Amino acid sequence: MSEGRARPLVAYTLRRLLGAVALLFVLSVVVFSLIYWAPGDIARNLLGNRQVTPESLAAVRRQYHLDQPFVVQYAGWLRAALHGDFGRSIRTGEPVGGLIRDRIGVTAAICGLAFVLSVVGGVAAGIACAVRRGSWLDRILVSGSVLGVSAPAFAVGLLLLYVFAVWLGWFPFYGTGDGLLDGLWHLALPALTLAIGLAAFVVKLTRAAVARELDADYVVFARSRGLGRGAVLRIVLRNAAVPIVTSLGLLLAYLFGGTVLVEVTFALPGAGALMQDAVEFKDFPVVQALTLAVGLIVTLSAVVVDVVYLLVDPRLRGRVSHR
Amino acid sequence: MSMLTRARTPRTPDTSGTPRTVAARRPPLTVIAAMVVLALVVIAALLHPLVMDWALTQNVALGPVGTGVEGHVFGTDQLGRDVLALSLAGARSALGGPILVALGSMLIGVVLGGTAGYRGGSLDFLAGRYTDLLLALPATLLAIVVAGVLGGGYWVTAVVLIVLFSPSDVRLVRAAVMEQRPLPYIEAARVSGISGPRVLFRHIAPNVLPIVVANALLNVAFALVAFSSLSYLGLGVPPGTPDWGRQLADGRDLLGSNPMVTIVPGLLIIATATAVNLVGDWLEGRLNSEAVER
Repeated sequence: MSEGRARPLVAYTLRRLLGAVALLFVLSVVVFSLIYWAPGDIARNLLGNRQVTPESLAAVRRQYHLDQPFVVQYAGWLRAALHGDFGRSIRTGEPVGGLIRDRIGVTAAICGLAFVLSVVGGVAAGIACAVRRGSWLDRILVSGSVLGVSAPAFAVGLLLLYVFAVWLGWFPFYGTGDGLLDGLWHLALPALTLAIGLAAFVVKLTRAAVARELDADYVVFARSRGLGRGAVLRIVLRNAAVPIVTSLGLLLAYLFGGTVLVEVTFALPGAGALMQDAVEFKDFPVVQALTLAVGLIVTLSAVVVDVVYLLVDPRLRGRVSHR
Repeated sequence: MSMLTRARTPRTPDTSGTPRTVAARRPPLTVIAAMVVLALVVIAALLHPLVMDWALTQNVALGPVGTGVEGHVFGTDQLGRDVLALSLAGARSALGGPILVALGSMLIGVVLGGTAGYRGGSLDFLAGRYTDLLLALPATLLAIVVAGVLGGGYWVTAVVLIVLFSPSDVRLVRAAVMEQRPLPYIEAARVSGISGPRVLFRHIAPNVLPIVVANALLNVAFALVAFSSLSYLGLGVPPGTPDWGRQLADGRDLLGSNPMVTIVPGLLIIATATAVNLVGDWLEGRLNSEAVER
């Protein structure tokens, strides 16, 4: 790529990154102000079981700068956060960063498994639907995808848990297991639960994208020139890949919402369950840090997906520079 | 899907290829079945005052017993409450909250999206940033955080979900209004001196409303999933309220003693959300094809 061509791409990437930073800033302000104005006294929470006296409350407020105005408190939090210090958990007193690091492995494993399962299964099913539109297979999968999109993760999870763990006894009821194989065995049901909803979404998406390309004029032309079905499908899939891959980036956002429900349902010690605990016990430093961590991953992956696509598909590049 | 996926779910284009005849207008079998399911849930919700006493009757001494014990068709939960009665009573909370959310989100969509699409300018810019911001964030997580920090509860959850659902309505209405705006009948109305709001609400609105209503129906399905998810996490309805999400939260620990505590409301949530989605999809497809024919 020549330098002249690369410039709009660099400008676009920078603009998107700035947008992501702005978004995270707004998110942090929103969550911080929610906590600031939330009902209940944070100082009392911090005291925990210790004796509540006016003096002790005042001491805690001073220690955590709760007596400062909102802007000063936020600035203090932001300065520390930019240096990687997200404070300490109100509940356990541990540093928030370490707490999240301990829990993120389980969450990454469930989300990763679910993502792979749903993309492989969903794309294959979506292509099959689009190629044989109106067939019984298409009708079953399309109805199934409505079911999958509608079914909440916790309901699916509990039903799977009952059938496969309690009734049939094929899978363990809870825990994460030891070692790779045992771990996979323990995470199979949670990952499947999360994957069902995602796969349904991917089927809809893939079917729509491939069907649109199959109806395009170039397909009729290619067929009339005598190209085989396989060769035409290869061209169609390349073209359909753009909207599919772009939307896969968005799926990450759903994964993080669903993983909270799945981890709570399967009693897994992941970051999602940590979020639920933190919200329940008003452990605000943890809530704040986790929300921003997820926001960071989601916004960055959206930027990466878009930029990768500009690199791969030259047609989109032209559109960007004209915007 | 987890929840709150409405905003970005792509609509599968109508590709059945059947010629549009009167016969094709009749709803397919799945949609008729979905309508029957919905009718039953609505009836259960209307019967709410009648089953409420039965649902709240506790028998702690009995505890969670299985199907058929002491005349309890689906057994009882940990407080000895009848699972069938609780599930019937839960129908109201399953429909009430989500309908409220869909209507609230529709209202924001019509007012903000309609005005933004009609007037353009700085208001349109602000509406655009508002939707961008909310759609860029993981909505489920945000709902849990906001509802949790504010202490949960029915009304808090409803308001949080209205705000989180509104971007899809704002975008939809805005796009639909912008499509109508350059048409001759609007220009004629404007030239004849009719005021802006009047053009928007008396002339454009009737043409935009059907799509908005179909979208609201689809929103009900996703709000049902979202609301019950938050109730499952202990944030939606207050404790003790008959609610399918709450029942599932209780049922997790009772899978060994009485799985029906989980299975009955679990299947009800899935069936109701699917039914609303099927009817909404069908309605939306019908309206779109009518719009094309016109």
